[in-house]
Amino acid sequence: MASPQQQQIMTRESVTRPAETAASKTPGAACKLTARNIDFFYGSFQALHSISLDVPSHRITAFIGPSGCGKSTFLRTMNRMNEALRNTRVEGELRLDGQDILSMDVTTVRRRVGMVFQKSNPFPKSIFDNVAYGLRVNGISRKSVVEEAVERSLQHAALWTEVKDKLHKPASALSGGQQQRLCIARALAVEPEVLLLDEPCSALDPIATRRIEELLFELKEMTTIVIVTHNMQQAARIADLTGFFLLGKLMEIDDTKKIFQNPGKKETEDYVTGRFG
Amino acid sequence: MASSSIAGSLRHRANRGVLARLRGGDEISYLVTLACAVLIFVVVALIVAKLWGNSQPAIRAFGWDFLRTSRWNPNGGKFGALPFLYGTCVTSAIALLIAVPTGVASAIFLAEMAPPKLSNLLTFLIELLAAVPSVIYGLLGIFMLLPLIRVYLVPALKSTFGFLPLFQGSFYGVSFLSAGLVLAVMVIPFIVSVSREVLLAVPTEQREAALAVGATKWETTWDIVLPYARSGIFGSIFLALARALGETMAVTMVIGNTPKITASLLSPGYSIAAVIANEFAEASGDLYVSSLIFAGLVLFGLTIVINALARILILATSQKAATA
Repeated sequence: MASPQQQQIMTRESVTRPAETAASKTPGAACKLTARNIDFFYGSFQALHSISLDVPSHRITAFIGPSGCGKSTFLRTMNRMNEALRNTRVEGELRLDGQDILSMDVTTVRRRVGMVFQKSNPFPKSIFDNVAYGLRVNGISRKSVVEEAVERSLQHAALWTEVKDKLHKPASALSGGQQQRLCIARALAVEPEVLLLDEPCSALDPIATRRIEELLFELKEMTTIVIVTHNMQQAARIADLTGFFLLGKLMEIDDTKKIFQNPGKKETEDYVTGRFG
Repeated sequence: MASSSIAGSLRHRANRGVLARLRGGDEISYLVTLACAVLIFVVVALIVAKLWGNSQPAIRAFGWDFLRTSRWNPNGGKFGALPFLYGTCVTSAIALLIAVPTGVASAIFLAEMAPPKLSNLLTFLIELLAAVPSVIYGLLGIFMLLPLIRVYLVPALKSTFGFLPLFQGSFYGVSFLSAGLVLAVMVIPFIVSVSREVLLAVPTEQREAALAVGATKWETTWDIVLPYARSGIFGSIFLALARALGETMAVTMVIGNTPKITASLLSPGYSIAAVIANEFAEASGDLYVSSLIFAGLVLFGLTIVINALARILILATSQKAATA
């Protein structure tokens, strides 16, 4: 099942690669995911106010902003992970390749829009079973197919050479950075079209962080990446596009270079220059 | 200066005497907690010693035959405890067979599916059940459960599984089956309340990780949450088993108190705890009393053996899961 989708990804890559302009300014052009007027409520508290943005295909989009500004909440609305929490409500329009995410079958949304979390959360199973889990729940059980997909995912997550001789050892035996790459491999196994990462490096040392960043840079060839980060240098290093959130609002989103060197808003400038936040 | 006086008292604190150090808490808390732990061990040792000592006449008279023979004849001075051992094991097995699936399923509902308010209310009620005295469960069994079993359950069992020796023979109400069902009702609260706590303690990250690759809520519960909570759930089952093995009053009221070994669960039987409770006060003669105490020792041993086996089982399965 893997190959047609990969081919699809590859053709899309070669045909629709946009020029190096901010895709957000050219809506419709190679836009993977669009949000229009997204409001989000925890009970009666409104955490997001009318968020609208376009996530360009095969790019890394980063969300920055102070704690509690809603960047993670917004990330989690993109694969409807917030629905796992009680008493939450989302309003607005969210589209993946033009299809309405909010009315789509939720397991399909999450298969197509994968997620990696702040704290690495491998299952207490073997390395192999961790990566294979997503395939299993999506009905892929042929041994050869699963084995191939597990190997490919681990290679994409730059973990294969380190674990290929201990695939059936428990995932807990891996180091923190390896565990996080395992979680990335687990997410990649079901070939998501978008990969959401919620502060994936916040618990890692600089070397492990570096490896993940290099990895993300390579992964944007195969998927579209959205990352929430507290680390502004990280956004500056890896993101093509950066969005700045403040108090539940998207203040601005633009080319990363522009956000860091010549932001359009005073608040953004204050934040990226470290004057507050 | 203030700082030098702080430094002075810090130095003083480092050089203080035994009494002052006891006041600091570390040593005294160590001694107190150690004493409590030792006390528990001493109580267990005393129980074993007393049971062992007082059952000596019976042990000398019957030895292993006590566990292998079925004659319980106080007048003839013959005592064989096999029917009681059988009754205890069979009723506990029936109880677990019913209580484990029911209890774990309830715990899953309360922890994973029910709205928190409903879950808390139901859990409170279920925990109240654990506080009901066992004699009440016995009465409940006699006046409510037995008629229901006679009218509905037994005919149904006989018509579907009547070919099995388990469900043959006539049914008078009191039986292994009735005792097992009453025990099941009694132990379900233990399984539910402990399992629910264990399920709630499974990290949210684990659930989200499964949901994020496209698992449904039920797949997440079944594949990820339950295995994560497995050893805690097993723990709740052993708690329930220990209660079922030792339960006295409720079992005595519904098991029929007939020292017989029959394949049919519909026949009356007897259990170790029940025979001790029923006969101890009227036991005449050293051998009779000592035989009942020996039966108590056997029950104690049975509980320990089953718990040990259970622990080995947990260890084996968790290691297998970790390496598989």
